[in-house]
Amino acid sequence: MSQKARILTVAAVLLVLAFIIPLSTSFVVLLATRALVFAILAMSVDILLGFAGLASLGQAAYLSVGAYLTAILASKYQFGLGWDFWLVVLLAILLGAATAAVFGLFAVRATGVYFLMITLALGQCVWGLAYRWNSLTNGDNGINLTSRPNFGLDLTNERTFFFLVFGFFTVTLLMLYVLVRSPFGRSLEGIRERELRMQILGYNTWLHKYIAFIIAGGVGGLSGVLWAHTNGLVSPDTVVLTTSVDALLMVVLGGAGSLVGAGIGSAIVFGLREYLSTLVPWWQYVLGGVYVLTILYMPMGLMGLPAWIRQWRAAQSRSAGDQGLLPAQS
Amino acid sequence: MTYNLATRAGFALVSACLALTAGLAPAAAQHNLRIGLLSPMTGFLSQTGQDMTHGFQLYLEEHHGMLGGAKVDLIVEDTQGKPDTAVTKAKKLVLQDHVDMFIGGVLASTGYALAPVSTEEKTVYISSIAAADDLTQRQLDKYPYFIRTTWTSSQVNHPLGQWACEQGYKKAVAIAADYAFGYESVGGFQKAFEACGGKVIQKIWPPLGNKDFGPFIPTIKSDADVIYLLMVGPMAPQFPKQLREAGVKLPIIAGGTSYDDYNVAFDSDVVIGDVSALMYSAALQTPKNETFVKAFRSKYNEVPGYYAEANYTTAQMVDEAIAKSGGKFPGAEQFIKTMLGLKIDAVRGPVAFDDMRNPVENIYIRKVEKTALFGDTKPELWNIVIKTYPDVGQFWTYGKDAFLKQPVYSRDFPPCKYCE
Repeated sequence: MSQKARILTVAAVLLVLAFIIPLSTSFVVLLATRALVFAILAMSVDILLGFAGLASLGQAAYLSVGAYLTAILASKYQFGLGWDFWLVVLLAILLGAATAAVFGLFAVRATGVYFLMITLALGQCVWGLAYRWNSLTNGDNGINLTSRPNFGLDLTNERTFFFLVFGFFTVTLLMLYVLVRSPFGRSLEGIRERELRMQILGYNTWLHKYIAFIIAGGVGGLSGVLWAHTNGLVSPDTVVLTTSVDALLMVVLGGAGSLVGAGIGSAIVFGLREYLSTLVPWWQYVLGGVYVLTILYMPMGLMGLPAWIRQWRAAQSRSAGDQGLLPAQS
Repeated sequence: MTYNLATRAGFALVSACLALTAGLAPAAAQHNLRIGLLSPMTGFLSQTGQDMTHGFQLYLEEHHGMLGGAKVDLIVEDTQGKPDTAVTKAKKLVLQDHVDMFIGGVLASTGYALAPVSTEEKTVYISSIAAADDLTQRQLDKYPYFIRTTWTSSQVNHPLGQWACEQGYKKAVAIAADYAFGYESVGGFQKAFEACGGKVIQKIWPPLGNKDFGPFIPTIKSDADVIYLLMVGPMAPQFPKQLREAGVKLPIIAGGTSYDDYNVAFDSDVVIGDVSALMYSAALQTPKNETFVKAFRSKYNEVPGYYAEANYTTAQMVDEAIAKSGGKFPGAEQFIKTMLGLKIDAVRGPVAFDDMRNPVENIYIRKVEKTALFGDTKPELWNIVIKTYPDVGQFWTYGKDAFLKQPVYSRDFPPCKYCE
């Protein structure tokens, strides 16, 4: 499928979702909002995993930085509940990026499993701070946000808020897409495929990865602001390791290196964990089964499904002795 | 051979629609009383969640699915032991199931997370377990649709501090789970214990859910003469075992969750002689409790702990409040008012409410003993009640106004004056 057709497909699906979801029940709107916020976080993981080839297990740290910033400003200073909400968004992105800039100095030197472990450790440091720094974070009890911002648009309305989050998701998707299609994004992919060759070609691969790490941190900070207002509660529980693991699994499930896959992964994880769990007690087995089957049979994730079907059909028609050559690529 | 764009978009559309129609649940029938129960059915508190659910369901079954003359639709949701998930599930109960009230939540942090949901959605939240002090103290005004049916964290620990003095204990080491419930329990114990001449000389905070106390036990100061203990969930059975294996012989006095009757029944004999304080014991020698324990054991093959009793009694309270309202839900505000007026003859003893929407009830000092109760012949471990403090409220003997002037109990309050 051509690049243009892909973009059109994604745009069409997004448009359809924007129309259908608000017509659904309030609970579905709520879940969709949550899934979208996590989709933004998962996309930040995808920048690292899918394009730079770095599996991060500490992405919840940037979400928490953004979320705690929002919650603390709102609860202690009543800041960010009107037009200044946009200022908070900007601050959170900057703070997320700044945190990543510091963490990146430690993490980006490593690759593979060492990168995984360093990001994990750094992520847990942030969790530890959230848990222990009682005077600022209110410890284990977390911080409650009593109201959502109201700047002409009243975000208390779940559907209005859904559209806001949807907007943020779309814009982030677009910007990250432009980023990965840029020469910078291409060099990241080069680094993922063969870092040594890129170095010999004269690329500063460390700097490329470092910048990607910072961008991912900024996007993580953005998801934090939205999560704080979505959930109305920021607690260490939000920041805990499983959040990072979830984000990573969403990317793997949806398909790394596709950005959109992060959204699909997020929708599936939230659908199973929050929706299926209201219907049946054995939802965990389904979620586990989906993970295992995806990794076993579709290492490209669900975004690899069309290619997988294509191959399968090609193999079928070949074995059936179909005459005529199939187009290798449309 | 590929699908063209239109076909693909069509697929996407159809699958999206399918996913969404699953969410369009039929509207609720209006006349039934709809109750949501939030309990952790998975995660590290799953045993607790099961007990809670069983307690509530047992009462419902004994009353043929009716509370106060209204047919009940009970919807149990799994909070997974996480405050975030609890919020999502509470909203699901309100938005999708249109419940009249939601009940439950275990951890103090979950309580603090759920109370704002009740205010936002103008729906009754009954905390049957979550004991976070401030919900019925300094923050009460923020939550007009909130009521508590069991206890605040410090409520049982004030009498325990007093009792410890009466036993002649002078120096205590506090070991408690590192979160709000732990802080508030230790705070309550410390305030009462130090008011009558005792000293808390050390505080140790193992993380919540921690099961290996190897790093903590050796740090216990040797000049202490008693250990104050506060554990929850799966932490509880581990600590006494590991403490005694390490050769520490100090007596233990504890907040009740450390010696929940469900756990005690399975524990080894190392816990014999350990003392704890709670508003319930499965070993209470009252006809009402005997009936309850026997019914619960025959149905679920377990000794009911406080998690079960608390939710059984909560169901009873809802039952009486709905009966008083003429068999139907009277609206959130009126329901809270009716609840507050109740005088309940509960399994745990008489229960009334104070003007801060918290129960006033008996607090029992309980000692683990091996004995046969309720006509059984096989000796088992039970929390035998050795002293009863009647009509204990959340402010103990301090008076409401004086008590509310101090900050909420925390890791640093009351300050540990006698720690080095």
